[in-house]
Amino acid sequence: MLLPSPSGRGTEGEGIIIMKKNWPLWEIFVRSKNGLEHRHFGSLHAADADMAMENARDVYTRRNEGVSIWVVESSNITASNPEHNGELFEPAQDKIYRHPTFYDLPDEVKHM
Amino acid sequence: MNSTKNDNNSLPMGEMSGGQRGNLYNYILGIADNSLILAQRLGELCGHGPNLETDIALTNISLDLLGQTRSYYQYAAKVEGAGKSEDDIAFLRLEREYKNILLVEQPNTHFGYVMARQFLFDIYHLMMMKELQKSKDETLRAVANKGIKEVSYHKRFSSDWIKRLGDGTEESHGKMQEAIDDLWRYTNEMFQMTAADTEMAEAGIGVDVSKFKEAYYKEVSEVLKEATLTVPESKYFAKGGKEGIHTEHMGYILADLQYMQKTFPNMTW
Repeated sequence: MLLPSPSGRGTEGEGIIIMKKNWPLWEIFVRSKNGLEHRHFGSLHAADADMAMENARDVYTRRNEGVSIWVVESSNITASNPEHNGELFEPAQDKIYRHPTFYDLPDEVKHM
Repeated sequence: MNSTKNDNNSLPMGEMSGGQRGNLYNYILGIADNSLILAQRLGELCGHGPNLETDIALTNISLDLLGQTRSYYQYAAKVEGAGKSEDDIAFLRLEREYKNILLVEQPNTHFGYVMARQFLFDIYHLMMMKELQKSKDETLRAVANKGIKEVSYHKRFSSDWIKRLGDGTEESHGKMQEAIDDLWRYTNEMFQMTAADTEMAEAGIGVDVSKFKEAYYKEVSEVLKEATLTVPESKYFAKGGKEGIHTEHMGYILADLQYMQKTFPNMTW
């Protein structure tokens, strides 16, 4: 990590211009109201979790969008491989009976 | 600047004499001009921050300060009672009539200076705001109550950067130390009381800033030490801003700030 951090893990002699591309990427999740879930808002660069939190506050909540923020370093996220989309997702396409649309719902049951 | 003919009884200061109103007016400007000029300095960095995230953070701080300034100027205009607007007060004064401290007009030499200036001001600003919350003046109290959360965040942001850069690489440490050493001479002015400051503090309206000088240097020193920076020992301090005697940078700031109003008088958005 290139940026001068409190832990002193910076690399000497490299300037601020190339510093930016060495800051890791963080994924930002914001809860917009109490009771709602955190939703993915976007990503940003920061040297560590503390800075990611401050940056997220400034970049994503300055228009009153949130009441809670999660930050996760992007490298900690395991993503599905688009090449595997066939085996992962296509088998579900012709199994419409897995949607609960074939049941007669009593009128008393709402919001289904 | 004093208005003796104004009898606006809706003001809590309605029973004040012309001289007292003048002092209140000057006192408000003393606080407001610090925020205006620092906001302008930070605004210069819009689109020029070291990266997108920091750029937005600095602009946010600038806008916080500008918001506070507007409230102060609106109130100052009312106190003066000469029918001026907040814009008149912000844009149409001469350099000698601006009462901001010298620290806030210092240039954005490099990011270390931007953060050092911010940090040295934020510690003071938060202490001042906390005291202003106890003011007998309802309007000033309200501005302080609203602004204190903003200023708390400014302090958190700038203190973090002081520690990061101070306790970072050899290069960042050196630049941070250079900025602190250079700006140190402008810190003492914060605690000097003008005539308006003294009268307003005695009236329970203003803040006696001289009282928290010791606490200020203690808090600043603690952060600097944590950042592995050396606390400057220089005893030579600059002053004059509060009396309208500014450094050579001020004229350039005002040239920018006042350009539109001087080119297109009375223009509005």
